[in-house]
Amino acid sequence: MKELRYPFSEEAVRALRAGEVVQVTGRVFTGRDRLHKHLAGGGACPVSLRDGALYHCGPVVVPQGEGWRVVAAGPTTSAREEPYMAEIVARHGVRLIIGKGGMGAATKAACARYGCVYLQAVGGAAALIAQRIKRVEGVSFLDTFGATEALWQLEVEAFEAVVGIDTCGRDLFDEVRAASAEALRELLARG
Amino acid sequence: MNWTDLLTELIRRTTSDLPSDVEAALRTAATAEAAQSQACVLLQSLVANTGLARQQATPLCQDTGTLTFFWQVPRGTDTQALERSARAAVRSATEKGWLRRNTIDTLAGTSVDTNVAEGWPACHFEQGESPREPLGGQITAHGDVRPPDLADELQGRDGGRVSSRAAGSPERGSVEVWLMQKGGGSENMSAQYSLPDEALDAGRDLEGVRKCLLQTVWRAQGFGCAPGVLGVCIGSDRAEGFMTAKRQLLRPLCDASPVPELAALERRVLDEANRLGIGPMGMGGKTTLLGAKIAARPRLPASYFVTVAYMCWVCRRRGVRVTEGVVEWLG
Ligand code: SF4
Repeated sequence: MKELRYPFSEEAVRALRAGEVVQVTGRVFTGRDRLHKHLAGGGACPVSLRDGALYHCGPVVVPQGEGWRVVAAGPTTSAREEPYMAEIVARHGVRLIIGKGGMGAATKAACARYGCVYLQAVGGAAALIAQRIKRVEGVSFLDTFGATEALWQLEVEAFEAVVGIDTCGRDLFDEVRAASAEALRELLARG
Repeated sequence: MNWTDLLTELIRRTTSDLPSDVEAALRTAATAEAAQSQACVLLQSLVANTGLARQQATPLCQDTGTLTFFWQVPRGTDTQALERSARAAVRSATEKGWLRRNTIDTLAGTSVDTNVAEGWPACHFEQGESPREPLGGQITAHGDVRPPDLADELQGRDGGRVSSRAAGSPERGSVEVWLMQKGGGSENMSAQYSLPDEALDAGRDLEGVRKCLLQTVWRAQGFGCAPGVLGVCIGSDRAEGFMTAKRQLLRPLCDASPVPELAALERRVLDEANRLGIGPMGMGGKTTLLGAKIAARPRLPASYFVTVAYMCWVCRRRGVRVTEGVVEWLG
């Protein structure tokens, strides 16, 4: 198990290999469809994502005192952000993409080129992951995008995930997809 | 009876407390995977998440889903009043953080923070037949479909006030309601095929249906969080097909269709889907599907639809029955 601490260096990220389990500690930003569209279209970002982690997640957040508390925060389907992701990695210097289900060819190429990895979090494990979120540091776009789609700035501790796409172009999801396509062909032919 | 409070509690249970048959299936699956394997570790995380959500009464998954209430009421019931209570309950559960602000005004593109809108949550009312009972074909089977060991487990965990009857003929005068929460990632993977399907080489028979179901499971990888459950309707029209398919997801994992050929197809699809190697979260493994629940309905000569409601491992469904003021929690 490798530990990754914010800010995430290019060197640390390039040393990761698909299949490795990592624990992320420090700052993580959340973003969903509206944020990705905004950023990829050249929209301004009120915080710096450089050497940071962008988590595909729309959390359940409740007010607590002056601030907020996250009660559920599992990953959302990353494939929806494929049209925007490579552009965001290039423009904003994101080092970790966290989500579920993997991404496409453009993101894979951007990971290799700019030094970024894709991490798979456990889909649906929202309570477990929320436990790893120590603090809500801030939020942007709350009014424009709503609570679910806003950009939340979180402090996490030992957030576990698996490297799904590394900087060498290896993609675990592609491998499973290809092998299962073969198995499917056989089962369909069986009759 | 304060229906708003009761339904708010039903939402709390549904959103945070995974049905015990689903949890048991995840535990069994974890032991079937190789120890220390990625799949085994992932399944153990799902079980851990389940325990934590229950203990804290927080959502199992942040996508608290589309809420659908399946009601079964005696004749003469004021269904509009029950629907108002359902809406009030959703509003209150959202304020408590049991439901995410999970509703978008489709035209304006803005968040509907209360999670309440026209026809949202959905309420379906029926008289007579239990909503938990749409077993395969045109057969209506009454009685207990859950084996006794699972019933004991339910009794043990919830401390008594849980019915061991998953389905059955309702007592006269009782109101029964089941809530299903279905997340977007899984709903996006639901599908409808019109047979024959050339690309799949699927004809108008159960063999063709089998091909559609395996294809649906394969397509869901990376989208609906595996392992999943399939609710299936063969026949009917497009609209009723989806409703019937969705209702199949109310059935406990351990039951079987009372129609022998459908029961056989359920078993076969479950077995074959788990040989695809997709595994939990699409990262490889033996556990891709937890159940297949299939019903058949009549169709027009011109149509042969296969409708699949894909459900992720967070298979949220719970019910409550009220008989003369006595409350019984179901599921
Ligand atoms: S598919 Fe299911 S488990 Fe996965 S994020 Fe959606 S609701 Fe949650």
